[in-house]
Amino acid sequence: MAKIPIQVTVNGQTHQAEVEPRTLLVHFLREDLGLTGTKIGCDTSQCGACVVMMNGSTVKSCTCLAVQADGAEVTTIEGVADQGNLHPIQEAFWDNHGLQCGYCTAGMIMTSVELLQRNPNPTAEQVRAGLEGNLCRCTGYQNIVKSVLAAAERMGG
Amino acid sequence: MFAPEFEYHRANTVAEAIDLLSSNPGAKVMAGGHSLIPLLKLRLARPGVVVDIGGVAEMKGITIADGNIRIGALTTHWEIESSSQVAEANSLLAEAAGGIGDTQVRNRGTIGGNLSHADPASDWGTVLTALNATLEIRGPGGATRTASPTDFIVGPLTTTLGETEILTAVNVPVLAANQRAEYAKMAHPASGYAVVGAAVVVNVDGHTCTGASLAVGGAVPAPVRLTSVENALTGKELTFENIEAATAQADNDLGGEILGDFFASAEYRRAMAAVETKHALFHATEVAHH
Ligand SMILES: Cc1cc2nc3c(=O)[nH]c(=O)nc-3n(C[C@H](O)[C@H](O)[C@H](O)COP(=O)(O)OP(=O)(O)OC[C@H]3O[C@@H](n4cnc5c(N)ncnc54)[C@H](O)[C@@H]3O)c2cc1C
Ligand code: FES
Ligand code: FES
Repeated sequence: MAKIPIQVTVNGQTHQAEVEPRTLLVHFLREDLGLTGTKIGCDTSQCGACVVMMNGSTVKSCTCLAVQADGAEVTTIEGVADQGNLHPIQEAFWDNHGLQCGYCTAGMIMTSVELLQRNPNPTAEQVRAGLEGNLCRCTGYQNIVKSVLAAAERMGG
Repeated sequence: MFAPEFEYHRANTVAEAIDLLSSNPGAKVMAGGHSLIPLLKLRLARPGVVVDIGGVAEMKGITIADGNIRIGALTTHWEIESSSQVAEANSLLAEAAGGIGDTQVRNRGTIGGNLSHADPASDWGTVLTALNATLEIRGPGGATRTASPTDFIVGPLTTTLGETEILTAVNVPVLAANQRAEYAKMAHPASGYAVVGAAVVVNVDGHTCTGASLAVGGAVPAPVRLTSVENALTGKELTFENIEAATAQADNDLGGEILGDFFASAEYRRAMAAVETKHALFHATEVAHH
């Protein structure tokens, strides 16, 4: 099949590539660009391990074709910190033991970034609802919710 | 998982999309991809050609004028959920949109893709049936037609959309001051899809029901109107007892085929159809909260 040329800006850096139409965004990020912070968990749009930001809103990158990201700005977990300084949400996960094995963490943090953009001062219930599409196989939900609430406070929501 | 190989085309206008469908028999359009991509990955769909309509600007956005809410088919669930104008004009649309899947599904999934995919467990078919929505469809040569949701969705993953037709927009009436609307869904705990969903629109005069438009989905192959319940309720006072008596008739309207699976049997869904309708009516009319 004919490959399709795409141009995607990932974490501020513009990449040009030719991809097979069936290439998933998550494969493009992990295998072509080497950005392995984004994980593949379920591969069936359930778990959220693969969540990245695309043009300002989160997407499960296992359910998005790389060709759909043509022209887009993508942020992955690697692009969340600001010049080596952890994002307040990353710090809050660290401080509040918001991760155990860490497999779900990149997705959790990406979804939390959007959650706090849309609702800077959420209740615990709203955090739980907002993270509905992210599963933690270690079941560390209490501390994940605590982390997001702590981050909201730190960010002055 | 890898999808089978396919050829990829991007359409920038509705006309271009229809041309691409016409010249590539068997081609599938892709909107948000949140039903199509999972199907491709599971290899349950194997179109030779995918036409990406995601960038067709004329199919996006919401306009409210003259008592009508026109929603472009490519409008995402999130755009509907988060629009303050929609919430004001028709709270049921915003409520239903916010109950679909999860954040990422709502960010990417579109109202048009949802209807065209016609999964019996989807929410929009049921909600738009109760709301008496009108769907706008375009075909080759600029031909246009309209359809009601029940004319459009005829069975599981089956619509009356032609191979070279595109669903372009959904029109929904603004709710009148005397209308109360609600959607009650028993959501599948993993996906959020409707095991049973009931959408109700009730016209009230004081405490009396002067008309009702009720629909059930999830339990049935395609959304159905509950005409028996509507008739039983119309002209009655909206009391606990009258709503209970009316919804007990829901069974008459469900048709011959009730869906069932390992999660919820047909018998259970049949019972829940009446229960969810009752809950939606209680909630809409504030007779009781469940
Ligand atoms: C994890 C998960 C949970 C979900 N939970 C729910 C839920 O709770 N409730 C619910 O209702 N839905 C749910 N969905 C489905 C979701 O709403 C989908 O986004 C929607 O069904 C399809 O919309 P789409 O834009 O992604 O369409 P696509 O996947 O792009 O297309 C779906 C089908 O429709 C056709 N099509 C798309 N747009 C058009 C058009 N304009 N004209 C003609 N044909 C068209 C395509 O060819 C394809 O066959 C869920 C999905 C996932 C992955
Ligand atoms: S890997 Fe994408 S949602 Fe699980
Ligand atoms: S920390 Fe292990 S999956 Fe969440």
